[in-house]
Amino acid sequence: METNLKTNTNEKVFDIEKIRNDFPILKQLVHNKPLCYLDNAATTQKPQIVIDTINNFYSTINSNIHRGVHSLSEKSTQAYENARAKIKDFINAKSDKEIIFTSGTTASINLVAQTFGRKYVSDGDEIIVTRMEHHSNIVPWQLLCDEKNAKLKVLQINNKGELLLDDLKDLISEKTKLITVVHVSNTLGTINPVKEIIKIAHQNNVPVLLDAAQSIQHIEIDVQELDCDFLAFSGHKIYGPTGIGILYGKENLLDKMPPFMGGGDMISKVTFEGTTFNELPFKFEAGTSNIAGAIGLGAAIDYVHSIGIKNIKEHETNLLNAATGAVKEIPGIKIIGNAKEKTSVLSFVIDNIHPHDIGTFLDFEGVAIRTGHHCTQPLMDFFKVPATSRASFAFYNTFNEVEQLTIALKKTIEVLS
Amino acid sequence: MDTELRELYQQVILDHNKSPRNFRVIEHPSHSSEGYNPLCGDTIHLYLTIEDGIVKDISFQGSGCAISKASASLMSSMIKGKTIEEAKKIFEKFQEMITGKLDENSDIESLGKLAVLSGVKEFPARVKCASLAWHTLINAINEKKEAVTTE
Repeated sequence: METNLKTNTNEKVFDIEKIRNDFPILKQLVHNKPLCYLDNAATTQKPQIVIDTINNFYSTINSNIHRGVHSLSEKSTQAYENARAKIKDFINAKSDKEIIFTSGTTASINLVAQTFGRKYVSDGDEIIVTRMEHHSNIVPWQLLCDEKNAKLKVLQINNKGELLLDDLKDLISEKTKLITVVHVSNTLGTINPVKEIIKIAHQNNVPVLLDAAQSIQHIEIDVQELDCDFLAFSGHKIYGPTGIGILYGKENLLDKMPPFMGGGDMISKVTFEGTTFNELPFKFEAGTSNIAGAIGLGAAIDYVHSIGIKNIKEHETNLLNAATGAVKEIPGIKIIGNAKEKTSVLSFVIDNIHPHDIGTFLDFEGVAIRTGHHCTQPLMDFFKVPATSRASFAFYNTFNEVEQLTIALKKTIEVLS
Repeated sequence: MDTELRELYQQVILDHNKSPRNFRVIEHPSHSSEGYNPLCGDTIHLYLTIEDGIVKDISFQGSGCAISKASASLMSSMIKGKTIEEAKKIFEKFQEMITGKLDENSDIESLGKLAVLSGVKEFPARVKCASLAWHTLINAINEKKEAVTTE
């Protein structure tokens, strides 16, 4: 009874119907069933205001930014830089100079690997990652380690899918040049104790990169309070467009790093004798950026802010608890990832039924989930499964959809087992 | 169940998924190969005993979705006793069937039980599941060393 009351109160504060009306894509049938979109960890849907903002940009002020002296260019530059300021405020960075537009989390991480990494990592040095990293926070470092003859060390996890934090101190050595860690696991939903990790790292003078691709849309992030040195995230996972992302870096670090890509906008003066580079953040933004994407991301941040991350987290946690409870009741299902602190990600396996078959059956019930290794193969190896099924909830999901998922799962098991 | 879905998961497929034929290891195969589908994590290890150009024995091990497992099972039943040339011809026709390229006048019956996998053509994302075993077979026959990947 108490849970129901809480849920209802939250939905009232939330006005879920009003919220769902903001997302045009949700009003459709898939295989004649109402779409139940539970693949939010892969990408989130876009509210009308984001779609309109992008449309508006191209319809009214499209123009290349910076250097233009005509009206449209001034307007687009202003809109682009406004978006940067919104993101700065959203994560509480000290300065706009610390906010670099990239194409997404992967590009942000590669930027750090190819600039910070190339400058500061050399023969015999070490970089620490965790067992639950997405491939995008493993492979860039492997490439760097191969090039520099450096070593990649791995912080392991327990059976619940939580980091073995106590091992970190022993893993760090005087050769450690960077700790790069996922804030929230895309496969397990585990919220990692990043504040403690950063504290331990800094006691050893090691900087930390946070992969915030799966946390930025669920948890309040204050980069100054966390004291992280780098933070990377993607626009499309926080209700913004694809092809735009952010790298936050502390100004003193970014200043010392060499540029990533060479080209226009990132220079101060070019001659064939030599080139001087532009100031931050432009030093890292070579070429024409995804201007519409940046402005769209700004609109998404405004939208998320208007609902409030705390309200979002509360509703999503209620959905996760409801889904976890319901799924646990189904015989033959095993939940992968039972960390104490989780975002709204529910990964599971079913005895003798391959996740891919589950995905296809659920699709015919209108339920969109992701199946596979979720770009975390070392994690699959740890749990000794080839793949999992993953339902991931956003604040526009409802308790009816939790039920739709549960019923669809039961039907699938009936046919396939 | 939806017609299209029933078309994909026919009873024969569900049967072969539950009790796959030739699901074992051949101790000293003349040919063998590994296949891997990164999309869904399917793996297959295929073993063959080929004598005088004829597939005397064939078996497989591995894990995968119902479609990939049933396809491997059906393939093993179909190929046993056939010549290498016949096997390659069946593969070509099978590939045309699951990608929807089979000529309307083409004789689908020559594919025998393999025809139950024709529903795959409506599910582009699942074509790789159905073809993994076959690509692995061709690799084994051609004695290629590196593992097959469908990506």
